[in-house]
Amino acid sequence: MEQFLQQIINGLSLGSIYALIALGYTMVYGIIKLINFAHGDIYMIGAYVGFVCITYLSLGFVPALIIAMAVCALLGFIIEKIAYKPLRNATRIAALITAIGVSLFLEYSTMFVAKPDVRTYPAVLPDKSYTLFGGVRLSFKQICLFAVTIVLMILLQYIVRRTKMGKAMRAVSMDQDAAQLMGINVNSVISFTFAIGSALAGAAGILVGIYYNTINPLMGIIPGLKAFVAAVFGGIGIIPGALIGGFSIGIIETLVSGYGSSLYKDAVAFAILILILIVKPSGLLGKNTREKV
Amino acid sequence: MKNLLTPKNIKTVVGIVAIYGIIQLLISTNILSDYYQVTLAMICINIILAVGLNLITGFTGQFSLGHAGFMSIGAYTSALITINMTGEYSFYVGILGGAGLAAVVGFIIGMPTLRLKGDYLAIATLGMAEIIRIMMLNLDFTGGAAGLSGIPQYTNWLWLFVFSAGTVLVTRNFINSSHGRACISIREDEIASEAMGVNTTKYKVLAFVIGAFFAGIAGALYSSYFYFIKPDLFGFLKSIDILVIVVLGGMGSLTGSILAAILLAIISTYLQSFPELRMVIYSLLLVIIMIFRPKGLMGSKEFSLGGFPGNLSLPWKKSAKVKDEG
Repeated sequence: MEQFLQQIINGLSLGSIYALIALGYTMVYGIIKLINFAHGDIYMIGAYVGFVCITYLSLGFVPALIIAMAVCALLGFIIEKIAYKPLRNATRIAALITAIGVSLFLEYSTMFVAKPDVRTYPAVLPDKSYTLFGGVRLSFKQICLFAVTIVLMILLQYIVRRTKMGKAMRAVSMDQDAAQLMGINVNSVISFTFAIGSALAGAAGILVGIYYNTINPLMGIIPGLKAFVAAVFGGIGIIPGALIGGFSIGIIETLVSGYGSSLYKDAVAFAILILILIVKPSGLLGKNTREKV
Repeated sequence: MKNLLTPKNIKTVVGIVAIYGIIQLLISTNILSDYYQVTLAMICINIILAVGLNLITGFTGQFSLGHAGFMSIGAYTSALITINMTGEYSFYVGILGGAGLAAVVGFIIGMPTLRLKGDYLAIATLGMAEIIRIMMLNLDFTGGAAGLSGIPQYTNWLWLFVFSAGTVLVTRNFINSSHGRACISIREDEIASEAMGVNTTKYKVLAFVIGAFFAGIAGALYSSYFYFIKPDLFGFLKSIDILVIVVLGGMGSLTGSILAAILLAIISTYLQSFPELRMVIYSLLLVIIMIFRPKGLMGSKEFSLGGFPGNLSLPWKKSAKVKDEG
């Protein structure tokens, strides 16, 4: 039981990282129906920006987090303007290939600039841990991870539900043409969505650097894919779905590596994905849409 | 029986034999050095892979991101067979076994996942390829992350050419048959073709299985040419590589796939001199090509040897496009 609770806590920490990345995927997919493969790499860039801020500029955790989020938001904005906007009316597959191209570009230009070696993240947070009821340990890093995730989620909910821009985002994701006819500037809404999603990925990047201590230029691929699994699991395009999906995938993965074999933890995530897609393709919270002729 | 000796068919056969002869001559006279022969082998293997994927993605309109998974099944099966058997006939058994197993796996995976549409199918096939890769990493007879080495080298230019030309011819004839037209009708409009009485599930699975079969052949040739395989060779990046060839050449154009396979191999051979910048330039090219020519080099046009010289035939007047599900 004690070990089980410990696994759940570890799973929630991992899950909050997946959830932060999955939110960006789901928001972008909801609004322009594009699987933004470069999203996992924006998360990697976030980790590197945080690394530079902490190591070379000797900033604290919070300023580094804010700078990483800002840089990633800007990056997401630029990527959308340069690579995705010209293809908005092209076929889906052309847009997807472009996303893959952008993803490769981010990976290998980071590798070119920062060298392919694995880097150790500086210890910016104290390495303390607290023993809770029944011997379950909760580290200070995990507390920070949860705190940052929860604050960002609340902020996101506020933006999407309460602000004018959030209303515009919801309108565009429902019906782009109708939203445009109502006087919503669709282009700026899409740019804003990319910026927000990328900022969340950047936050996830710096958090994962602090939590796991190492970063490398290709670290974004597998978490990116898994976050996408999480987004599909919860129902793609639905913001609470990304949260539920992220936490579920995180917990399932830790339980599999804790009780089964850690070698198969990646395979399990993908097996769940295939199962979900076959049984309920619209995801846990998704609504079934009927195809009209 | 139809007369097979039409001028068009004769020209096609002569053309194929001529291509084989010229390159064989270049190899025998050592104008094509060993270094370029490796490029040549990669071109042939990529043509087989791309033509198979084009049948699934370009002609049937089913978006697969897991083609490397089938390739790895073919590569591992044939490697294990050729290592454990002696004699040259083990190579034939290996190729058949690899391709057959890849086709069987393609059938098992295709049956449930092909009900999905568009992006969902892409993600499901991606997940499937990842699962295959992780299994290859962890099963005890596949050698784990270190992979298998010491695979007997039977693949040579003759086999590479026979299989790539064979793949192209079989695929071309399939597409021009009534089965092929059924596949194309699924790409154009799945609901409409179902209403016209086309058994869409059957044809989608059929295209998927044929594509997987060819990928198995390509994997078997690969393992026997480079006598070393490991799971990382058949990861997500390899699937993307194949898809890039298909999209760059033009979805729904077999000759486009061939041209793109040759072009990309040449580009990557020249970029070999700048290893750090190779992938950066490659990815930039990809984005630029997609922005300025999203239909690929050939669109859905074909260039046929039979109609040579100077004939760009247009098999379907309507330009091909993947159905956009909004």
